Amino acid sequence: MPEIRNYTLNFGPQHPAAHGVLRLVLELDGEVIERTDPHIGLLHRGTEKLAESKPFNQSLPYMDRLDYVSMMCNEHAYVMAIERLMGTKVPIRAQYIRVMFDEVTRILNHLMWLGAHALDIGAMSVFLYAFREREDLVDCYEAVSGARMHAAYYRPGGVYRDLPDKMPHYKASQWHNDKEVKELNESRQGSLLDFLEDFTQRFPKLVDEYETLLTDNRIWKQRTVDIGIVSPERALNLGFSGPMLRGSGIAWDLRKKQPYEVYDKLDFDIPIGVNGDSYDRYLVRMEEMRQSNKIVKQCINWLRNNPGSVMVDDHKVAPPNRETMKGDMEGLIHHFKLFTEGYCVPEGQVYQAVEHPKGEFGIYLVSDGANKPYRLKIRAPGFAHLASINEMAKGHMIADIVAIIGTQDIVFGEVDR
Amino acid sequence: MTNSLETLRSELEERFADIPFLTEINYDELTIEVPAAHLLYVCEALRNRFDFSQLMDCCGVDYLQYGQADWDTETATSSGFSRGVSKGVYEEDEATEKQRFAVVYHLLSIKRNQRLRLVCFAEGNPPYIDSVINIWNSADWFEREAFDLYGILFNGHPDLRRLLTDYGFIGHPFRKDFPLTGNVEMRYDSEKKRVVYEPVSIEPRTLVPKVIRHDNRYAD
Repeated sequence: MPEIRNYTLNFGPQHPAAHGVLRLVLELDGEVIERTDPHIGLLHRGTEKLAESKPFNQSLPYMDRLDYVSMMCNEHAYVMAIERLMGTKVPIRAQYIRVMFDEVTRILNHLMWLGAHALDIGAMSVFLYAFREREDLVDCYEAVSGARMHAAYYRPGGVYRDLPDKMPHYKASQWHNDKEVKELNESRQGSLLDFLEDFTQRFPKLVDEYETLLTDNRIWKQRTVDIGIVSPERALNLGFSGPMLRGSGIAWDLRKKQPYEVYDKLDFDIPIGVNGDSYDRYLVRMEEMRQSNKIVKQCINWLRNNPGSVMVDDHKVAPPNRETMKGDMEGLIHHFKLFTEGYCVPEGQVYQAVEHPKGEFGIYLVSDGANKPYRLKIRAPGFAHLASINEMAKGHMIADIVAIIGTQDIVFGEVDR
Repeated sequence: MTNSLETLRSELEERFADIPFLTEINYDELTIEVPAAHLLYVCEALRNRFDFSQLMDCCGVDYLQYGQADWDTETATSSGFSRGVSKGVYEEDEATEKQRFAVVYHLLSIKRNQRLRLVCFAEGNPPYIDSVINIWNSADWFEREAFDLYGILFNGHPDLRRLLTDYGFIGHPFRKDFPLTGNVEMRYDSEKKRVVYEPVSIEPRTLVPKVIRHDNRYAD
């Protein structure tokens, strides 16, 4: 009889499967995990404290850097919290643009999750396919805001500017000759909406492609089926939200149940799982990508037919355009005041949650009537999910911890804040 | 939405008639404030009788400088406005015995499709409050975070360690009297061949002063 020893193993913080800077202290009995103690905070930047020292608008770009794979959804919660306190009514076109980009972001996030999750548990090629499509969507981000990741596109009162009429084109280089470039630019001849529409037509087939690689794959199933099972009761008690909650069979989606912006005018379905294991959560997220695609399509149709303003006309909140600023005294004063002091938000407190790709992303904002938030609390979905890793991993083999981190869709920007 | 919140408010007021209990509906959100002594009793009832099965968020708030601004905007001063010299630390108002630390719980009921904000002021120095971890397990990390950042002690929490700050960190960084720049900075000392901690060399400064303007547009 060989002697079996218990180990305490350190995992991370520099481990490719740690999704950033997670450090886990694992207590093992042979290869079986007895206890998991996550040490987080290695990416703690004090976003909430920083926000307290800045005018409201200046904290907006921090929101992109929370969950840095679903940037615009973070912004959305923040601007909606401010708008609710100020009672700002956002133009309907801006609401559609926001919803469209929320769903683009959801696809971006899920593609990133799919690629990284699959890579972690041994499927190399999915990552490459997923990033091929991410490239197109990140191009949309760039076209609309100028930045490929940290967009800072949503602003209190609307969005920064209207959708562009043309997409940037590829240029020939030593890696791509004219013929290749012509093919690449084929879908980029029209406006951003044309490009996105072309994408939404291609995308369902591409999701099928990913699914042929994974859904019935024997190895994939061995690694995910019955791994990290969470019962619906436990999921609720542990504060789960988003796909983690739906994977356990609870049909809860803020877009349906507490609709914000124009989600109540759109047609989409909420997929739910049955067993609450990693495989079910995988299926839920795959279906969510298809549903998001459907929402993007509906938004494109609406946006094509309904031009209009994308920012409130109230220059106490939104800056006037450059022309007004240069030609009109009132405009100059507004501009000066907004960029030196910002706007004061009336006293009060709100909690604004959005259905973020990872779950419920909430902003709790306390204002004492000043031009800076008095307290800003960011409720990150990943934080609650990661807190439960001890319970989810207990009794699993050490290799499964990677699958569990993957299925939780952890991003450290939001967990550590 | 508001109607159902009113219903919930009256139900709650009926249920908790025996304890001092404040309610408020603002921005379509119901806030209730209970004394720390009754926190566990109220929370248990909220989960078991009112179906608030999820604790979505729990965080600390430091009310030390609430309503204090860098500039007085009501009356223009004769000396003019000073710029960028604020220490970012305000004098403590000893006269008013306002409670400083609040713990704010955001509850969600999936069955009722309603949210509820529960505010509870922590008493004592260090501030002290009962842990709700046995009612909602999700409170585990949220309470650790509040302890780490605000120094609020949670009675009954089994593992109240620091969560977000560095190993060996001193102080509670989200308190309003903790400077934004921190107290220590770290660098590699080539003579000692190790990393050393020193008091910060940068001065705290304010880029944009905090002002409170009472905008008449929002007055009722």
